[in-house]
Amino acid sequence: MKSIVEIEEEIVEDFSLFDSWDEKYEYIIDMGKKLKPLEDEHKKEENKIKGCQSTVWMVSELKDGKIYYRAESDAVIVKGLVSLLIRVLSGHAPTEIINAKLDFIDKIGMKQHLAQTRSNGLLSMVKQMKLDATVYLAQQASKN
Amino acid sequence: MQATSLHTAFDVDQVRRHFPILKREVKGKPLVYFDNAATTQKPVEVIDALTGYYQYFNANIHRGIHSLAEEATAAYEATRDTVQQFINANQREEIIFTRGVTESINLVAYTWARTNLKAGDEILISGMEHHSNIVPWQLITEMTGAKLKVIPVDDNGELMMDEFHKLLNEKVKLVSVVHASNSLGTINPVKEIIDSAHKIGAIVMLDGAQSTVHLDIDVQELDCDFFAISSHKVYGPTGIGVLYGKRALLEAMPPFMGGGEMIKDVSFEKTTWNELPYKFEAGTPNIADTVALKAAIDFVQRIGKKQIRMHEDELLRYATEELQNIDGIRLIGTAKQKVSVASFVVEGVHPQDLGILLDNQGVAVRTGHHCTQPLMNRFGIPGTTRASFAMYNTKDEIDVMINALNKAINLLR
Ligand SMILES: Cc1ncc(COP(=O)(O)O)c(C=O)c1O
Repeated sequence: MKSIVEIEEEIVEDFSLFDSWDEKYEYIIDMGKKLKPLEDEHKKEENKIKGCQSTVWMVSELKDGKIYYRAESDAVIVKGLVSLLIRVLSGHAPTEIINAKLDFIDKIGMKQHLAQTRSNGLLSMVKQMKLDATVYLAQQASKN
Repeated sequence: MQATSLHTAFDVDQVRRHFPILKREVKGKPLVYFDNAATTQKPVEVIDALTGYYQYFNANIHRGIHSLAEEATAAYEATRDTVQQFINANQREEIIFTRGVTESINLVAYTWARTNLKAGDEILISGMEHHSNIVPWQLITEMTGAKLKVIPVDDNGELMMDEFHKLLNEKVKLVSVVHASNSLGTINPVKEIIDSAHKIGAIVMLDGAQSTVHLDIDVQELDCDFFAISSHKVYGPTGIGVLYGKRALLEAMPPFMGGGEMIKDVSFEKTTWNELPYKFEAGTPNIADTVALKAAIDFVQRIGKKQIRMHEDELLRYATEELQNIDGIRLIGTAKQKVSVASFVVEGVHPQDLGILLDNQGVAVRTGHHCTQPLMNRFGIPGTTRASFAMYNTKDEIDVMINALNKAINLLR
């Protein structure tokens, strides 16, 4: 199993092949389209991460000490970015996820999507993923 | 020899030279700024007025006896005269400076409406209002027990005037509607609304956020009771706006905020209010931006509102025609009378995705609900992509947008 940083490096390398903005976005859009849709039963209020313009739904579960995320959005670029986040974070332990710096977002030139003004839910998405990890960590601690 | 064009008096290249920001690039491409309904760019005249104020005569107004204070006061009050003339108000005391349309509406809500409305009364707004012409009234209805009623909007984005006349009964004390819609561009039949409302004794407030920059405003001819303006949408600075109100109403209203400037005499037993317009301008006002607002209005008047309007109408006509050629596009807002706003949705494409991909091509448009969520719900859409045009925009820029849109849609589909 690769570490979070290793996966981030992989993505940065993939993106270094692109010369222009449209190739990058084509890739992200493609990732968005390929993201496995979330079943309708999960698209409910409590799973919503609301941005100003688009909505993300996310669910997570803890299995054998690792967190697995699944998510969807009504906007395809956000969905592509969310898919990248899942690729990086899903399948790792809560502490790794909490400590992840996620520098790759800046390195692939997508930092603007984390800005407050974008209000597209990506920033809230990262926060929610880390919050879930914190909750699982607390649950594990109380069991031990 | 070629026949000279009808537009000799209006030269868009000449106009563009006044706006320094138009020279910049975004993501390596020349900026195409089509978010003018959100805020317009500023001509160098306005920027100079702003810095000039701070460099040469910054002082607190209405107080000091020294020369700087006198100059600053004169400049501040000169803007009041310019605004009065710009919207043809009867008296300069009817021009109150606020932070913008939002504050102007809140001022009327918290003074006139809070003290004049009671349970059973009705406030009439429309289905295409900006949140700032909805929420203040909701807050007041909670305090007074008055009810909010809504004039519905038809599929073209026009007010359903039959319904308006049905809704207008003696319980209605206030009608507050947008003069021109920021999301659709629709110019509403405000004269008919005002005349009908007055017949039953209701007063009328107009949200002039969008109309002031595009249309000739004559508040006496309109006979509206209140009219709200945001400077930043009329090529002026942010943080300053205007409330026009008929003198008799303003006189009868209690103050909005208490503090310096707005008082005549203060004692712990009884404080008396200053006269109009100062009664509504508590505290040190936004002097610099007020001074620069005059430069903006002077600039608009020098270019000529009629010329600007003709230019913008032509841009809207061209953009509408070109947009309609795009596969799967649906224009939202097809009223007969419009200001230069082109709102649309593209089948199967989220507006936010379009906005991001247009931005990467240097084209600034607005996507989303444009602070008119009830209107978006009425059309059953989460939002639109909106291109709105100003005096400095060109047909070439519209071509750039259309190409950028086609490229974006190709990437997304
Ligand atoms: C129609 C309309 N009303 C009200 C407003 C609010 O104006 P401001 O934010 O300047 O107070 C706007 C601008 O966003 C608008 O377009």
